[in-house]
Amino acid sequence: MTADPIEEQLRHVDRDPIGASQVMAAAIARAEREGLVDVAYTITDTPIGPLLVAATEAGLVRVAFETEDLDQVLAGLAERIAPRVLASPARLDPVRRELDEYFHGRRQQFDVPLDWRLSSGFRRTVLEHLRADVPYGQTVSYGDLATMAGNPKAARAVGTAMATNPIPIVVPCHRVLRTGGNLGGYGGGLALKVALLHLESGAETLF
Amino acid sequence: MVDLPPFQQLLDVHGVDLHRFCVAQVGPDAGADCFQEAVMAALRAYPLLTNATNLRGWLFTIAHRKVLDHHRAVARRAVPVGTVPECGALPTPVDGDLWSAVATLPDKQRGAITLRYLADLSYAAIAAALDCTEGAARQNVRAGLASLRVAVTR
Repeated sequence: MTADPIEEQLRHVDRDPIGASQVMAAAIARAEREGLVDVAYTITDTPIGPLLVAATEAGLVRVAFETEDLDQVLAGLAERIAPRVLASPARLDPVRRELDEYFHGRRQQFDVPLDWRLSSGFRRTVLEHLRADVPYGQTVSYGDLATMAGNPKAARAVGTAMATNPIPIVVPCHRVLRTGGNLGGYGGGLALKVALLHLESGAETLF
Repeated sequence: MVDLPPFQQLLDVHGVDLHRFCVAQVGPDAGADCFQEAVMAALRAYPLLTNATNLRGWLFTIAHRKVLDHHRAVARRAVPVGTVPECGALPTPVDGDLWSAVATLPDKQRGAITLRYLADLSYAAIAAALDCTEGAARQNVRAGLASLRVAVTR
């Protein structure tokens, strides 16, 4: 059976008509105006590589390194928050600006509102203490942080809280080390942890 | 609870075709409007979806409804004339002669042809989108192809 030439031609249309990307962007901008975007995200270039940043109406909810599977990260946001996850960069402008200032040594704390909903219970308590009580340029041990969070014996749980920190860099889990100064781990890789600590030590050029 | 993918994934996978479908039905400007209306309607309904097995068909069904809304709005605004063309608005050709010939097809044939070849929908999904039987969907595709054959060999 030979293929119908008309059918063949109908199937081989130009799949990328001029203007499609503008039409998509306009639709997403309108969705944002109409409150139809539950989670807005963008992938932003930084001196440490691309970062995925995502925000709800309440605030910054997720920062992910390139080393994570970004499709998995987005699927997780759809599942745990809401499925209306859209690449809507405008909502992330303030956090992108603050990250840029941070990486260039011009910002020591982040002011954008945070949405903590991806962590709960003791882990969340730990992360909130970390953010509030461990300033730029300082480090703590897992045990110290456990004490700060009101449970000195929970160093191991603190480790879990760090490993599952949904908002790294902004919630500074890179400032948490093993007792004795051993680096411990880091989701973005140990080299990155060292680089961030180096940046916060006042090094002139880093990246 | 169904596992719904991030809506962005739907736009990435189906968005260009969905836009294309709207443009083929009503022309570039109205097509962009129909596309946007379809995306808004889809976003409103998305969190409540209970079945995620055919999201492409679901999106095109919504877009088709927005195209019909557009045709109705055009008809309401229309000034009475002697002869009424069968389709509401003649789209500007998007892909040369063949697609300008598609634009002149009667509504149902144009809908069936675009859903079949632009959206790659099954006859069952086309029938759902056009609110007709599967047989009628097949018949409209067949009749549309026959008209196109005549049009392009003319």
